[in-house]
Amino acid sequence: MKRKLVLWGGVGVILLLLSILVSVSIGTAKLPVLQIAAILMKQLPYMGGHIDVTWPQSSEQIVMKVRLPRVLLGVLVGAALSVAGTAFQGVLRNSLADPYTLGVSSGASVGAAFLIYFGLQYAWFGQWSIPVVAFATGLISLLLVLKLAQIDGKLKLETLILSGVVMQAFLGAIVSFMVSMSKQVINEIVFWLMGSLAMRGWSYTLTMLPYLLVGFIVLICYARPLNLLALGERQASHLGVHVERTKLVVLIIATFITAAAVSVAGVIGFVGLIVPHLVRLLVGPDYRLIIPLSAIGGGLYVLWADTLARSLLSPTEIPLGVITAFLGAPFFAYLLHKDKKTQRG
Amino acid sequence: MIEVGQLSKSYRGQPVLENVSFAVSPGECLGIIGPNGSGKSTLLRLLSGVDAADTGDVRLKGRPVSAYTRKELARWLAVLQQDALPPVGFTVQEVISMGRYPFQTWLGGDAEDADEQIGRIIERLNLASLVHRTIDKLSGGERQRVALGKVMAQQPQLLMLDEPTTFLDIGYQVQMMDYIQAWQRESSLTVVAVLHDLNLAAQYCSRLLVLHQGKVAAIGTPEEIIKAGLIEQVYGTEPIVLQHPVNHAPQILLQPSQTLWRKQNETTIKSSD
Repeated sequence: MKRKLVLWGGVGVILLLLSILVSVSIGTAKLPVLQIAAILMKQLPYMGGHIDVTWPQSSEQIVMKVRLPRVLLGVLVGAALSVAGTAFQGVLRNSLADPYTLGVSSGASVGAAFLIYFGLQYAWFGQWSIPVVAFATGLISLLLVLKLAQIDGKLKLETLILSGVVMQAFLGAIVSFMVSMSKQVINEIVFWLMGSLAMRGWSYTLTMLPYLLVGFIVLICYARPLNLLALGERQASHLGVHVERTKLVVLIIATFITAAAVSVAGVIGFVGLIVPHLVRLLVGPDYRLIIPLSAIGGGLYVLWADTLARSLLSPTEIPLGVITAFLGAPFFAYLLHKDKKTQRG
Repeated sequence: MIEVGQLSKSYRGQPVLENVSFAVSPGECLGIIGPNGSGKSTLLRLLSGVDAADTGDVRLKGRPVSAYTRKELARWLAVLQQDALPPVGFTVQEVISMGRYPFQTWLGGDAEDADEQIGRIIERLNLASLVHRTIDKLSGGERQRVALGKVMAQQPQLLMLDEPTTFLDIGYQVQMMDYIQAWQRESSLTVVAVLHDLNLAAQYCSRLLVLHQGKVAAIGTPEEIIKAGLIEQVYGTEPIVLQHPVNHAPQILLQPSQTLWRKQNETTIKSSD
C-alpha cells in the first residue's frame, strides 16, 4: 500500500509541477518555461537571492499576478471536487455519485449566487459568508436528494442520480432567474452554471486552501472505515465501524469541500466522477490510496481543462464547465452502461 | 455469555419477536432454527446489537449490548453472514486484514503482530494460492472461506453465524462447519448459529432453540428437539427421524405429503387385487 502511494503519488506530483510550468507559459503572451521556473524559484525564501533577474518586469507581473493564481486555483478546485466525488461514492456506494450529479454543486451555487446578487457577500460572517451559506444550501439540497431517492429506506443507484438531476435542473433555474433579475446578466449566468476560473486573484486561492486542507485531512482519517463500508453497512458495523457517524461526517465534509469549490469557481461538472474512477482503475479499491491520488489527479485534470478553456479559442474563453462536460458526460454514459451490464450479471 | 430477557420487536406494527428469553453459557454452540419468517435473523440482529429491541434486553457478558461501542463489541464479537462478501476489488489478504480493524489505532497501527496471525489463518483455511486474487474473481465457496478468515482475524470470544451455508453446495457446507467446529474447540469459542438445515444443526450444535412465529417453541439438546411431532407443529410437515449411524445425532428424512402418498398406496393396492 505505502509503496504504491509513494510511487503513484511521486509520479503525480512531478506531473503536476511540470503541468503548472507548462500551463503558466501558455497564453497570449508566450513565456518560455525555463524563465517561468526561474521566476518561481526567485519567490522562494533563501534560494531567491541567488537567482539573477534576466526577464522583463512585465513577465513577472503576468506570471505572479495573473496566470499563477489562476492555475493554482484550478488545481485546488479540481482536487476539491475529485476528493468530494470520491467521498460521495464511498459512502453511498454508488459509482455515479459526484457533487454535480447529486445536485450538491447546484445547491451551493444557489446560496452563493443569492448573496452576491443581493449584495450580502459580507453580511453575517464577513468574508466567510459565501462559503458558509453555500455549504448550508448545498447540504440542504443533498438531504432533499437523499430523501427524494429513498424508497422503503433503500437508495437505488438510478433513483439517486435521477433525484440529483431533478434537483440540479430546479436549482439551476433559480440561479438563472436570480442572475437575470440583476444587471450584469449574460456572463454571470454562464459563470454560475458552467463554472470559470477567469479573473480570480490570489485572495480566492487563499480562501479555498484552508477548506480543502481541513476536509482532506478529515477524509484521510476516514479512509479505512470507507474501505470497510465497501463490504456493506452491516459488515462494517460488525467490524467496529460506527456506520451512521461515518456516513454523516463524510457526507458533511464532502459537501463542505464542494461548497468551497463552488463559491470560488461556480458549478463545474463531472470532475468528481471521472478522476476517482480512473484512479480506481490504476490503484484498486483502497481509499487510503484513492483519496490522496484523486486530489492530485483532480488538480491535473482541472488545470488542463482550464488551460484548454482559455487558450483553445483565445482571446474568447470557453466556460470551464463546457470542457469538463464534453469529457465527462460521455464518460458518465459509459459508466451507466457498464453498471447496467454488471447488474444483469 | 449471553442473557436474553423478554425480548420483543415489531416492524411496522407487525410483531416479529415476542417475549423471547434464553441464555447461552461460554463455550457452547447454540443453534437457532425455525421456518422462514419466524424471526431468526431479527433475533440475531438484536443479539449482535445492530438493531435495538422494543422491549426486553440483551446482555452480553453481563452488560446490555447497547452499552458497548461498536468498536468494543467488534473486539470480541464477530458475525459471519450468508453471502458475506460482495464482489469488491480488494484482495483476499486485504479483506482478511480488515478483521484487525477494531484493534487498530486511527493511524493503522496494530497492538499485536497481525501479519503473523493473518499468515496462520491463510494457511489454516487453505487460501495460500488465492491471497493476491481479488474477491470478485472467487467462487461462492471461496468467498465464504475468506469471510470466515476475516472473522477469525477478529479473534472473537463469541461468534454469531447468520445462515453461513445457505448458498453453498454440500461439500462446502460441511467444510465450512468443520472449520468452525475445529476453531470453536481449540479456542473455547461461544457460537450462536442461525441455521436453515436441521441436519447440520443437529450434528454441529450442542443445543437447539426453535423459533416459531416470533416465540420460543422449544429449547434443548438436538435429541429433545428433533422429534417428528415438534417439527410438524412448527414446519407443517412431518419428517421421519432417524439416528445418524456414526455420530448418533438425530437426522430427518423428508417425506411427501401424507394424502398424496396414501392415494398412491391405495391405487397400488387396488391394482394388485
